[in-house]
Amino acid sequence: MDAFLSAFVSILFHGLAYAMILYVISVGLSVTMGLMGFVNLAHGVFAMLGGYVMTTLMNRYGIPFGFALLAAFIAVALFSIVLERLLYSRLYRAGELEQVLFSIGIIFMSVALVRYTWGALPQRMVVPEMLRGSLDFGFRSFPTYRTFLIIVSFGVIAALWLGIERTNFGAQVRAAVDNRRMAESLGINTSKLFTLTFALGSGLAAFGGGMGADILAINPQYAQDYLIYFLMVVSVGGLGSIRGPFVAALLLGIGDTACRYLVPEFGAFFLFAAMMGILLWRPMGLFGKA
Amino acid sequence: MKFAKFAAIALAATILPFASAMAQTIKIGFITSYTGQNASVGVMMDKTVKLWMKEHEKDLPAGVKVEILTRDDTGPNPETAKRLATELVTRDKVDFLAGVIWTPNAAAIAPIAAEAKTPFVIMNAGTSAIIPSGGAPYTVRVSFTLWQSSLPLGQWAAKNNLKKVYSLVSDFGPGIDAETAFKKGFTDGGGNLVEAVRMPLATQDFAPFMQKAKDAKPDAVFVFIPAGVQATGVMKAYSDLGLAKEGIKLIGPGDITTDEELPNMGDVALGAITMFHYSAAATRPANQAFLKMWQRDYGANDWPAFEAAATWDGMMAIFDTIKAQGGKVNGEKSYSLLKGWKTDNSPRGPIMIDPENGDIIQNEYLRRVEKVNGVLGNVEIETFQTAVKDPWKLLNPKK
Repeated sequence: MDAFLSAFVSILFHGLAYAMILYVISVGLSVTMGLMGFVNLAHGVFAMLGGYVMTTLMNRYGIPFGFALLAAFIAVALFSIVLERLLYSRLYRAGELEQVLFSIGIIFMSVALVRYTWGALPQRMVVPEMLRGSLDFGFRSFPTYRTFLIIVSFGVIAALWLGIERTNFGAQVRAAVDNRRMAESLGINTSKLFTLTFALGSGLAAFGGGMGADILAINPQYAQDYLIYFLMVVSVGGLGSIRGPFVAALLLGIGDTACRYLVPEFGAFFLFAAMMGILLWRPMGLFGKA
Repeated sequence: MKFAKFAAIALAATILPFASAMAQTIKIGFITSYTGQNASVGVMMDKTVKLWMKEHEKDLPAGVKVEILTRDDTGPNPETAKRLATELVTRDKVDFLAGVIWTPNAAAIAPIAAEAKTPFVIMNAGTSAIIPSGGAPYTVRVSFTLWQSSLPLGQWAAKNNLKKVYSLVSDFGPGIDAETAFKKGFTDGGGNLVEAVRMPLATQDFAPFMQKAKDAKPDAVFVFIPAGVQATGVMKAYSDLGLAKEGIKLIGPGDITTDEELPNMGDVALGAITMFHYSAAATRPANQAFLKMWQRDYGANDWPAFEAAATWDGMMAIFDTIKAQGGKVNGEKSYSLLKGWKTDNSPRGPIMIDPENGDIIQNEYLRRVEKVNGVLGNVEIETFQTAVKDPWKLLNPKK
């Protein structure tokens, strides 16, 4: 019984840490896909860039972890605005196939450019001294960094939800997701709104990528390697929703950890099977609108 | 005028073939992973080849040149490795195939080497069965097998009061070899292997696996992962989850404390016990000389690890083979010269290619991570066994 409980807590804890990273990275993708119907497979590129900006600032310029993480958020958000205005905005009215080809192309280019700039090796993530080791909670101890990661992510998520529920900007985003034409006819500048949402989503991805560099290693293939996970979070959660992906990320993170903990020889087999089952049952995702 | 031009062309036409015949170029097809999982190891092997060429190109017989054709197999991708090897032997007509980090890739290349009668020198991939007991035609290995390190480590663990051990290995050839070999040595000596878990090869986050190991409360965790950045990942999980505080030791083949990653691991690696054939911290003169050259060219903070040592020795074996044939190499002759090749001048001590099957014979050292002059190193505590043949072949003579 004791062993069972300890296994249960272990899976829950590590699964939660993993889920937080997946959610912070993917939530922007869900909103932009719901808002503009744009299939941006290259969303992971922003998470990867966040990781690279953060590790470069830390390792090469000795900038403290917290500042480097914030800088990654800001730098990538600004960069994504440039990209959105220059490239993405041209394809809003294009078909899904064009959008998919375009964003896959961005992934391939990012792989080459990142390898050219930073080399093929995964970036080192040196966790600050005070976040190393483990924290003793009395009944058992937990790794400090992951505990920190879970707490910070909850903070970010709370801020995001409050922002979307309580602010004027949030109300505009919700209105535009629900019915873009109606929102436009009410005088909401959806083009500007989308640019801002895109930047926020990309910045959050960068934040998640940087913070999670310890779990999802930053390397040139990042956007390709984890694409399937980001897409699963979004499609299982439901497009345009911000709560759906949270539930999906929890299922995915805890499910993946449970698979690795309990049946490592099967890899992620059960996880993928479960995700398929959910999509067969609810093709629009758990919280998607038909 | 017209005649002069004609004469010049005629002269060139008669002389050129002679000129090329005199300057014999021997081609080595060098396949490793410059990208993908463990690209860092590929880069290290490449640096070794460059260092070897810089130091030893002058030792070749007069008029003989060696050309290295490097190819990227992009990670554990046997189909890519197979295609590259086929191109190298058919189109580029290489005289040797060499390199290869990954077992699946080496296993895919060996049959091509046999068919093309082109000697293949494996410089890393360590699954025993790539070279069966009767040998694999035209394939030799200068690196290691997991059986060579993990079997003696199991014997050592059983004798040194580790009663319960938890095993954690990557789920592919070398991992399964490491687990099986360790289990044999350990349980034959009376130890109890409480659980043997196989992790997906591409694992980057080891915390869930390490957590489960910790929850089982063993005396030690035995780990194998393909050396490189994953080694630091394992060490991080071991340290973050506080296994050391609970008195759980970390043991394994040298992959888990691979020399070039030690600086990234930090002090948490102190005390890890490994069994292996090469350490950059070894004090024998051949290694000190090798290390000096390496750090002269690549900087004092860059450490060669066992993959570098094996590549170095592999290049030595190939060069000795070329020299023995006076520069006119022939696949069949090269293979027979490689089998039984030996040197006392390897950075890892005396080594030999088994004349019977073409696999490596070398010493195994028991090592512990310690600080030497403020730098972490795998300090060799004792030469645990000398001239170790691949134990798997001795146990499975029919395979």
